Amino acid sequence: MNQALRKLSKYRRHRFAGPALLIVALITLGTTFQVASALPGPSRMETTVQSTLIKEGKRIFNQGCSSCHGLNAEGSSIAPALIGVGAASVDFQVGTGRMPMADMSQQAMRKTPIYNAEQTAALAAYVASLAPGPDSINEAQIAFERDGNTAEGGQLFRTNCAMCHNFAGQGGALTRGKYAPTLMGVDAKYIYEAMITGPQSMPVFSDKTITPEEKLSIIKWIKAAENEPNLGGASLGRVGPVTEGLLVWTLGLGLLIGISVWLTAKAR
Amino acid sequence: MKKAEKIGGSVAGYIDDRTGAAKWLRKNLTKVFPDHWSFMLGEIVLYSFIILLLSGTFLTFWFDPSQRDVIYQGSYEPLQNIEMSASYASTLHISFDVRGGLLMRQIHHWAALIFMAGMIAHLMRVFFTGAFRKPREANWLIGVGLVTLGIVEGFLGYSLPDDLLSGTGIRIAEAIIQAMPVIGSYLAFFAFGGAFPGHVFIPRIFTVHVLLLPGIFLALITIHLMLVWYQKHTQYPGPGRSEKNVVGYPLMPIYMAKAGGFFFIVFGITALLGALASINPIWLYGPYNPGQISAGSQPDFYMGWLDGLVRMAPPIETHAFGHTVSWNILIPGLIIPGILFTLMALYPFIESWMTGDKKEHHLLDRPRNNPNRTAIGAMSLSFIIVVTLNGGNDIIATNFHLTINQIMWFTRIAVILVPPLVFVLTKRICLSLQRADREKVLHGRETGRLVMLPHGEFVEVHEELTAEEKFTLTQHEQPRALEVEQSDSNGVTNPNHLKQKLRARFSQAHVEQVPAPSEADVKALEEGGH
Repeated sequence: MNQALRKLSKYRRHRFAGPALLIVALITLGTTFQVASALPGPSRMETTVQSTLIKEGKRIFNQGCSSCHGLNAEGSSIAPALIGVGAASVDFQVGTGRMPMADMSQQAMRKTPIYNAEQTAALAAYVASLAPGPDSINEAQIAFERDGNTAEGGQLFRTNCAMCHNFAGQGGALTRGKYAPTLMGVDAKYIYEAMITGPQSMPVFSDKTITPEEKLSIIKWIKAAENEPNLGGASLGRVGPVTEGLLVWTLGLGLLIGISVWLTAKAR
Repeated sequence: MKKAEKIGGSVAGYIDDRTGAAKWLRKNLTKVFPDHWSFMLGEIVLYSFIILLLSGTFLTFWFDPSQRDVIYQGSYEPLQNIEMSASYASTLHISFDVRGGLLMRQIHHWAALIFMAGMIAHLMRVFFTGAFRKPREANWLIGVGLVTLGIVEGFLGYSLPDDLLSGTGIRIAEAIIQAMPVIGSYLAFFAFGGAFPGHVFIPRIFTVHVLLLPGIFLALITIHLMLVWYQKHTQYPGPGRSEKNVVGYPLMPIYMAKAGGFFFIVFGITALLGALASINPIWLYGPYNPGQISAGSQPDFYMGWLDGLVRMAPPIETHAFGHTVSWNILIPGLIIPGILFTLMALYPFIESWMTGDKKEHHLLDRPRNNPNRTAIGAMSLSFIIVVTLNGGNDIIATNFHLTINQIMWFTRIAVILVPPLVFVLTKRICLSLQRADREKVLHGRETGRLVMLPHGEFVEVHEELTAEEKFTLTQHEQPRALEVEQSDSNGVTNPNHLKQKLRARFSQAHVEQVPAPSEADVKALEEGGH
């Protein structure tokens, strides 16, 4: 070690020692600065991404939505204003294919979404940028399997949801052609977003009315009902006695009368 | 003689020596019954009643008819630790923790639906063929009583599990009781032992459902069958059949085998439905809670017409002297059903008054040969079908993408327009069928075979009916309309003149028909008519 230092020390008065040291110092300084200045970099980049997202969203909005909702989402006689509805509302309406509407019928129907996930996110970002509103939910945020309670969810569902969506979440009729859609096969995040945004005829269930944990319980119960095998045989649609009556008059009595005819047929 | 025959003979002899049963048995075991598929409809009802007794008894072993609160701890996960009534918890227990319990529950409920549907089909057969005429008016009245009690019994039965749907039904029943003017609220308080839902209603209706009504059923069915036995079964007209005989097969062995086998067929089909198709999945409805309701809450089909009537009633109420009269419940829930069932019960007497027919009838009418009656029946059916459709208006709306308001307005108008239209159409169709019968008798059956005559004319070959077929098509009586006696021979005006005029008008409508071919018609045809 001593020997190595002594060897190095031999060059300290070398005529290139000065410039070499300078270069080393400059490189160190430069690299340090480069690394230090690079650290806050991503946040600035995200802002840029966000602003391009909003820009993209506005572009899609102007193309696909503004004819009804207005160029600045201020609404019109045929469509509501979207200022302050929040990203959750857009994510629900566009993500489930309800918006854009296929026709001006009583109610927007669930269908195959027109926009893909990125386009939906862009639209949501644009609408959210107009005024604050409920944020969209991603599946990871709602761990209903972990945090929900099925039985409690069932109670809450029957108190708050069954009057429109039917006891098993199969949906039901509302006035003048409107309807509460079936909840079978709906992603958990859309159920959650529907509860916090109250789409179409549905009321908003704020966190004061139904707490976030209770919302998760409701979702867990709906999923349990969806996955529950039909314990008594063919479900007949889980809509109550109407289909049961239909079956007894057709298959039940039909078979019995058919056999009566057979039993009393004259032997040939 | 074989050994077995010897033993059998001595046992039979022993019993006969002490009871004298042989003579009675010989007479009754050889009793003849006519053969027709529509005569089996009543049997379907009888057999499903037996199935109901058996499966119902099974269910009572575990059912706890009590409204005391319990915390559910059974094996159905989504209802764990939920507070509910003991009757709901025990129904869950039967469904999930008793071996074969769910199957038995479903058999019981399907049998109840077959029981009701079979009764209605049987009633239609009796009505359209005129089997209710003298001397069978009493049996018709018993039948109407059985249908009415069947509706009540069914309603009480599906109310027992105390699930969300049945609680909703009980709530509506309470509203209908309360709608009775003056006594309604007292009656409701009496039935529920205080305010709704209370703690006594389920235990009370349990006793009525398993003891009182089945007892009355058993008694009425026994009388019903004894009357059939005593008055003998009606038969369809045909060669060799008259008002004085019964053509068919003897009870022993033909009907013993047929009817006995048919019982097992009915049981089999009920069990098949119970095993394959879910009915009243109470675990999905959840326990009853007056604060909850499900979309699309419906009664079973035999109450559906009542629900439809209530759903279409416009919201009319009167407030007078501190009392409220809810016409929107009173009229569809009590008055219209009351009128309908009274008219149905009195129909044999009404018809006999209209036609002046006081004769005994053991030969049935072909529905077309009594156009007025058939039209009245079809009209009543169309009324029930229209209001039943409205009872399911929400299910229809969601499944066919219609609006519930349009369905309601459609049925509100249709319930007034459709029955008269159906009456007129049915009557015209019946008369056309009579005309077709007449053509068939006079000109034979169209064979569809075309023949070219030597001079080039094409004719269709008509095949003459057999004598038996001709008899069947022409044997029916064609009564004449009643005459009105305006005044007697001394010129004194009949005091009942107006009533008689009305009666004559009814009678005229009732006898309207195409004349059956007579001998004169045949003669005219043979003499070169076409």
